[in-house]
Amino acid sequence: MSIARRIGLGLAAPVLALVFSLAVTSLVLLSIHAAPLDTFRTMADYASQPRTQVLIVNSAVTYYFAAVAVAIGFRMNLFNIGVDGQYRLAAMLAASVGGAINLPAPLHVLVILATAMLVGALWAGVAAVLKVRRGVSEVISTIMLNFVATGIIAYLLAPGRLAVTTQGSNNLGTKPIPPSGQVPGISLIPGTSVQVYGLIVLAVLVGVAFWFVVNRTRFGFDLRATGMSETAAVASGVDVRRMVVISMLLSGAVAGLVGMPQLLGSSYTYSLDFPAGLGFTGIAIALLGRNHPVGIAIGALLWGFLDQSAQILNLEDIPVEIVQITQGIIVLSVVIAYELVRRYRVVAEQRDVARALAAAPAGAPALAGEARS
Amino acid sequence: MSLTNDRAVDSEMPTAPAPRLRRIGGWRGIALMAAVFVVLLSVVRTITGAEALTSAGTVGAALAAAVPIGMAGLGGLWSERSGVVNIGLEGMMILGTFGAGWIGWQYGPWAGIATAVLFGAVGGLVHAIATVTFGVDQIVSGVAINILGLGVTRFLASILLEGTPGGGRTQSPPIQPVGSLSLPGFSSLESLENKHWLLVSDLAGIVRGITTDLSYVTIIALLLVLLTFLVLWRTAFGLRLRSCGEDPYTAESLGVNVYFYKYVAVVVSGALAGFGGAFLSIVAANIYREGQTAGRGYIGLAAMIFGNWRPGGLMAGAALFGYTDALQLRSADAVHALLLIIAVALLAGALSQAYRRRIGSAVVLGAIGAGLLFWFLRTDTLPGQVTFVAPYVTTLLVLAVASQRLRMPKADGQIYRRGQGR
Repeated sequence: MSIARRIGLGLAAPVLALVFSLAVTSLVLLSIHAAPLDTFRTMADYASQPRTQVLIVNSAVTYYFAAVAVAIGFRMNLFNIGVDGQYRLAAMLAASVGGAINLPAPLHVLVILATAMLVGALWAGVAAVLKVRRGVSEVISTIMLNFVATGIIAYLLAPGRLAVTTQGSNNLGTKPIPPSGQVPGISLIPGTSVQVYGLIVLAVLVGVAFWFVVNRTRFGFDLRATGMSETAAVASGVDVRRMVVISMLLSGAVAGLVGMPQLLGSSYTYSLDFPAGLGFTGIAIALLGRNHPVGIAIGALLWGFLDQSAQILNLEDIPVEIVQITQGIIVLSVVIAYELVRRYRVVAEQRDVARALAAAPAGAPALAGEARS
Repeated sequence: MSLTNDRAVDSEMPTAPAPRLRRIGGWRGIALMAAVFVVLLSVVRTITGAEALTSAGTVGAALAAAVPIGMAGLGGLWSERSGVVNIGLEGMMILGTFGAGWIGWQYGPWAGIATAVLFGAVGGLVHAIATVTFGVDQIVSGVAINILGLGVTRFLASILLEGTPGGGRTQSPPIQPVGSLSLPGFSSLESLENKHWLLVSDLAGIVRGITTDLSYVTIIALLLVLLTFLVLWRTAFGLRLRSCGEDPYTAESLGVNVYFYKYVAVVVSGALAGFGGAFLSIVAANIYREGQTAGRGYIGLAAMIFGNWRPGGLMAGAALFGYTDALQLRSADAVHALLLIIAVALLAGALSQAYRRRIGSAVVLGAIGAGLLFWFLRTDTLPGQVTFVAPYVTTLLVLAVASQRLRMPKADGQIYRRGQGR
């Protein structure tokens, strides 16, 4: 297959899925008597404002951590549905630690980040241990652990335990993190006073580390090998149980970072209205980006764009929720499109082989027989 | 290890004569467990004086809480028995709650229920198209359907419910109640229940709880469980459907149209989840409200796994979740007493593990049980969150102890493509 064709096929799936999702979204818009093109233009206009761009990048940073956490598991066929519980528990406990201690600036931040990663890893570790020791599917155990995390957070986030009441509101939150534990924003995009989360740097580092570990280390090789064929990996001496535990711990550690941009960059406290459900967003984005660090970054930006630019639709009397439909259809159509492209590729390869064989001189039956079998 | 193998061999294979005995054993096991549980409840109630543990009110509330979970679990059972994992139950259930609310407030509850079933089935159809026709990973498709179910519902609600009398973007106007019936002859048990005798009053409370003020929808739900058992385990259709979940290529070689059975199973699965959603909005709340399902689709899935992919076990799982749910709402004392029950159950589990010479799990269970017992003795009340997490922790413990004895359909979660076997 030529290189151009290979790249074309690689791009075909996401493009196909996007076009399909836009088409469905347009139909939905038409059904409520809104002009699709005008709506998309309004969204694009709104997204081109510097302030919106910062918000898009900021959401993307958060989504990026969630998606990488999911992708680490995906790479070896582990479904970490528990990213949701892991990051919420991690953010809550890290916020309480951050609010309780007082350290010099860089150290304070590091302690908070380390706490978050540790809590996330431990919470994911429960699922890992249950899987390797007791054979419990991680899908179901992480779902259960999500609910348990919700219960623990509700228990701890009460006055007299880890929470303090914010003045003038009935919101409950952990003690605010002092300035030494906060991460200043970066004025990345000119023309607005809103700043990009400083932890965007960490997101880039995590992305690079993810790429390096998966593609350039022995561990990453074992990880991918296990994901592609467990039996083959076992035969070549991979200790699959160990791999499950390590990759779950890594996944949980990254999941612990999901809440950090928001916690250290803008809210400085874990309160009742801390965003929930990001773990599921992470699953969607990891699928969209094919578990590749760059693909995930693009997916996270797309998600951020959809979420933020949709806010303008309220003014146009179009329900913002339409974006959720678009997102759901993107996820579904992306995986279907990848499957269709894969099937097409198999057929194309078979055709190429057949053509090559037909072109070969008739005096080479042995080769033909070999290729057919 | 031999235990696992025994189980794997004889729990299925409907053609062999042996499983018949075994199946009765399964039902008998559940009945035995239920009996032990009731005795335990009764003793603990007598000791602690937490009458709500077995009062008719609690039991009735538990039954109502168990129905949506059980329906989601039953949906999961259909789907997984045909070899398709259905994490999308939650999304299908959300569609059901909305369908019931939207049509229900305008055309009455029964039209609402029918719409909910239809909406759920559409969700199931999407899952079937993605997983069966296109061979997409089943968990991925399920996650996408959950996102989609929530998104579509919120979108439709903001268009179709805004400006309705008493409704709005996130909730529907009130729906007419369905009506309920009490089985005759059981109301006299109330006086017996109020005597607070050991066992007798408890049984009276339980019987009165499940015979009084039964919603018609609850009765339908119970019949659906029975119907599912009969269809899946007593008909040729059910045998073929389950064969798709055990070994689709063998089924194919015997002339079974695997795609067809998987489609039917997944669509029925969605319809059942939608029905569970209808129960939530019409019977439990009498309005549709956003976020009404609160993860019950996932809990239903857990109940099904808890029940070892069998209708009877599934009902036991749903009842357990429903019971703790109801207790949490009704009585703080009873919740505290529940701690004692869990502690005793764990200690008993530890003993049985020790008897089987599984020292590791015996120590773990014993330690947790002793810790809970200590907690019970040291406190008078418990935070509500403890009851909230109790069913999930119980599921985790059950899975941890018994997962080797659980047997899911052999080809569950695997992608099947016609003509590509081996």
